[in-house]
Amino acid sequence: MVFLWAFIVGGLICVIGQLLLDVAKLTPGHTLSMLVVAGAILDGFGLYEPLIDFAGAGATVPITSFGNSLVHGALAEAEKHGIIGVVTGMFEVTSSGISAAIIFGMIGAIFFKAKG
Amino acid sequence: MKYKDYEKTIEPKRPLLKNCIKAFLVGGFICVIGQAISTFYMYFFSFTEQTVGNPTVATLIFITMLLTGFGYYDRIAQFAGAGTAVPVTGFGNAVISAAIEHRTEGFVQGVGGNMFKLAGSVILFGVFSAFIVALIKTIFSYIGGAS
Repeated sequence: MVFLWAFIVGGLICVIGQLLLDVAKLTPGHTLSMLVVAGAILDGFGLYEPLIDFAGAGATVPITSFGNSLVHGALAEAEKHGIIGVVTGMFEVTSSGISAAIIFGMIGAIFFKAKG
Repeated sequence: MKYKDYEKTIEPKRPLLKNCIKAFLVGGFICVIGQAISTFYMYFFSFTEQTVGNPTVATLIFITMLLTGFGYYDRIAQFAGAGTAVPVTGFGNAVISAAIEHRTEGFVQGVGGNMFKLAGSVILFGVFSAFIVALIKTIFSYIGGAS
């Protein structure tokens, strides 16, 4: 069942992105930035976590979850170390997306040649 | 102003409904693959529903590297629009394709300097908005705790 909800929720988030591209005529950079900010704000109101429980990868795979997990890391660290934790805990949870992108980007640059 | 009006008249109409359906199907499909990877990690390794997002994202970016390197990703992205851009694979593709493309300028200036050319804004606004949100929440929890 979670597969079906992952499909529907993930698909709908992509449709929101497509609407921002086609109707609001934003650039892809603006669209993705807006979605990340939206994810951070949703988590601020405590709304993103229920969505992950409900839709699984449908909520963790879209880029909105990046904003969500940044807020999560910051808040978890802030609980332990006070207000300084907001800065130091930022990448605690979400490190894998960025580190994977850097590592595989480098490996890709070593092994693949640009096409065209 | 006049030029912009003129531009609107000659700009080809974007097939909105068709684009949305494509984005929905491809984006949903990528999330289903993500769910399959998550299920695998939860079943064979000790990840919970809350922590499984991290290895899932890393695996998806690895797959993206292969698809980008062999030149398939662009073709899928052409078809799917936001369906491939919005999932984390789009973020991975932005980083990896920039890295491969600027390889000819050397590893330090080319790959290092251009890797986050496209994806940098996502990180910037993600981190800054998360900072603001977490700051507000922390301050409110202090006020709530004190009273």
